[in-house]
Amino acid sequence: MRNCPSCQPPAKSFDKNADLVVALAGNANVGKSAVFNQLTGVGQIIGNWPGKTVERAEGMLKYEGLKIKIIDLPGIYSFSTYSMEELVSREFIALEKPDIVVNVVDASALERNLFFTIQLLELDAPMIVALNQIDLMEHKGISIDYNKLEEILGVPVVPTVAIKGKGISELTEQIIKLTEQRRATPTIKYGKEVEQRIEQFAPLLGKIDIGYPTRWVAIKLLEKDNVITRQVGGIDETIVEASETLAKELEKIHGEPSSVVVSAERYHIADEIARIVQRVGVQESTLTDKLDRIALHPVLGYLMVLMVVGGLLIWTFIIGAKISNLLSDLLGPIEQLEPVVSGPLGNILWNGAFTGFVAGITLVIPYVLPFYIMLALIEDSGYLTRISLMLDKGTHKLGLHGKAIIPLILGYGCNVPACYSCRIMETPKQKLLAAFLVTLVPCIARTIVILGLVAAFVSIWWALALYVFDIILIVLLGRIAFKLVPGESLGLIMEMPNYHVPSLSVAAKQTWVRTKSLIWIVFPAYIVGSAVLQTFYAAGWLNSINNALSLITVGWLGLPTVTGILLIFGVARKELTILMLAIIFHTTNFGSIMSPVQLIVLALVTMLYIPCLATILTLAKEFGWKEASAISVFDVGFAIFLGGMAFRLLSLFM
Amino acid sequence: MDIAGEKGTAKTSEVANCLDNAPASVTEVFQNMAQKGLVEYEPYKGVSLTDKGLEIAKNIKRKHRILEVFLTKTLHISCKKVHDEACRMEHSISDEVGDAICRQLDAPARCPGGKLIYPCDKRIKTCNECKGTSEEEVSAGQRKIVPITDLKPSQTGIIAFLRGGQKVIQRLSDLGLTPGTEVILMRKTPMDGPIEVSVRRTSLAVGHDIADNIFVEAAGAS
Repeated sequence: MRNCPSCQPPAKSFDKNADLVVALAGNANVGKSAVFNQLTGVGQIIGNWPGKTVERAEGMLKYEGLKIKIIDLPGIYSFSTYSMEELVSREFIALEKPDIVVNVVDASALERNLFFTIQLLELDAPMIVALNQIDLMEHKGISIDYNKLEEILGVPVVPTVAIKGKGISELTEQIIKLTEQRRATPTIKYGKEVEQRIEQFAPLLGKIDIGYPTRWVAIKLLEKDNVITRQVGGIDETIVEASETLAKELEKIHGEPSSVVVSAERYHIADEIARIVQRVGVQESTLTDKLDRIALHPVLGYLMVLMVVGGLLIWTFIIGAKISNLLSDLLGPIEQLEPVVSGPLGNILWNGAFTGFVAGITLVIPYVLPFYIMLALIEDSGYLTRISLMLDKGTHKLGLHGKAIIPLILGYGCNVPACYSCRIMETPKQKLLAAFLVTLVPCIARTIVILGLVAAFVSIWWALALYVFDIILIVLLGRIAFKLVPGESLGLIMEMPNYHVPSLSVAAKQTWVRTKSLIWIVFPAYIVGSAVLQTFYAAGWLNSINNALSLITVGWLGLPTVTGILLIFGVARKELTILMLAIIFHTTNFGSIMSPVQLIVLALVTMLYIPCLATILTLAKEFGWKEASAISVFDVGFAIFLGGMAFRLLSLFM
Repeated sequence: MDIAGEKGTAKTSEVANCLDNAPASVTEVFQNMAQKGLVEYEPYKGVSLTDKGLEIAKNIKRKHRILEVFLTKTLHISCKKVHDEACRMEHSISDEVGDAICRQLDAPARCPGGKLIYPCDKRIKTCNECKGTSEEEVSAGQRKIVPITDLKPSQTGIIAFLRGGQKVIQRLSDLGLTPGTEVILMRKTPMDGPIEVSVRRTSLAVGHDIADNIFVEAAGAS
């Protein structure tokens, strides 16, 4: 390909470490992350629900000696200022100027996707269209004339099935080819009324340079885009006044806000293009239609939600307990029987580390694996959005809407990604409310504590009761928080993706990515934490910490004195409470050291008392320290209050 | 209209009960109305509104709800009284006054009780357009415009206009619900849950409150 070194130097990239920078842009849930994974080999989490990629992911592709940096942008439908993602993406594409923008398009919904393609063309980005999911398109009885589409758009069009890796090498070739020889992007002409006004007005902008193409700025001013209006207004007030007059004329003619007029025009163009390149045959009843007849059925639908969410937890309980027993039996013979509290420091440290390792293997891994596999399968199937739809009405009571169900369900896995996914909510109020409720969802770490303490030594029914109690709490607290937190709430507007049969290999990869981070980052924490704890123990420092906290732990909660240190460690990772308990008493038979009431109270407090360190940091990053500390302080106070109440109530009859 | 509900007919006794009147006098009123072509009345069976009657009833209902908003929001009359007050006023104000109040209140979408206020039948495209105009410019039109939530499952409609906050309108049009677009109502969910709309080969779930403000010209079931 690069056989002519004298022709053209590779395009200049803003990144020092890469020869080329390629950004992936497109609507939500069209397979950008799948394309990204195919290009880079990086395991970016993929799932079949819109809004999954919130942070832009970066990866490197090495191709014929070139280092190509690939950036996966969050999925958006438009370049308005509806959400942060839209704003950030357009600034990135226009101002940081990636060498190539690959517009990933869902071939089975061409019109809607072209609406965004048109806007990318307006941003004057050098681009390639990756026409993805052509298998699904064919399934829907649609065929597209790729050459014709390429001709109309004036950019290369590559058909792909990213999930299966089809068309990816052609895409890479096109990327290289385009950097060597850029094509001029055609100007998309609007209807007469809009076009006249753009033309009338664009020359005025000649001297204004805010980094965006002139024509694009003119269109945005007509749309009354508040960010661009402010920017241009800061330079020349008269231009903004002129654009407002023109926008008013448009609104007078059409009777709609000028932004809607422009959107309607864009859709008109998209429909026109689709009409020319697309042939639509007869569509038979698809899998999605058939499944939705059950999944969205007024009675069966709710049953299915219950079965899937309940099934996810029960499956984790059963399979987790089986693996856990198996591993305990395997590791039993080599496990130390007595904690080493005297002797050389090296022995103490080694012993602590080893116990931490064993406890991690037997208590954490068995539950994490089955949960994540099942969650990945559910995510991949597209069913999460159906749960959102079915439960929308209920979440209104919490000032949220159905989409909030997605972070809440992800929260059962880990609160950190769940808090990030709160970005799919529209307003700051809804994001904060959803994140607050997510911190109350027992993540897999807390599930381990509940299972290890309550299900194993009291009864599975008490463990389930804790879950049900937790859901009631979420509803009640959500309702109160909705009244207290200021701000607006918007209703549900969500795209419903097609179902597809979840792929085992995708689910396995997903599970591996999630478990891997646990093994590499968290496992060492167990080992180091255990070693440190045992050193503290040997040195006799534990007592002072425990005594300081005993007023709460013993006096109010009725727990053994040692729980003070457990709850401190638990701030770092929730499952550390149970691991440390195992280390201190050197047994995983917690039934022998605490009464059933104590076990339930400890599990209840651990479930609620504070978001773990990583979650607090995520909250601070997303909402600021004030909100993060408010949520944490509330959780601590509330959990201690509830724990004490539970201790007194349960002691009456247990 | 409310009593008849889905069936379309109301029994004389039901109406009498509701109005606290003797059945005999209700029957008399019905016969009177039937002569004017507002209702179809069959002795012993009951009464149903004709198309003409339905139009008038809808118009009065619209005025009633707008008046409720006006009484609560502008005049700060207590919630308990607004219904009765509005009941008395709805018959005496003209269409012109009703529409003027509507404009003054920025075309409210719902009455204080949360019920939907239907758009008027003016020959204008959107409420937005109405705001800047005077009465002479907007005369009565014939378009049959209903909220998308009034469509039946798998019925087609053409988007007439959207009502609501700027952000919501922007989002809906970005997702393809632009005026003039053909949409199909795929399904409704019970208890006023979200609806599913098919537009440009994609499927959208829209909350009921938002969907009530998407107005369409209804077409036949496909």
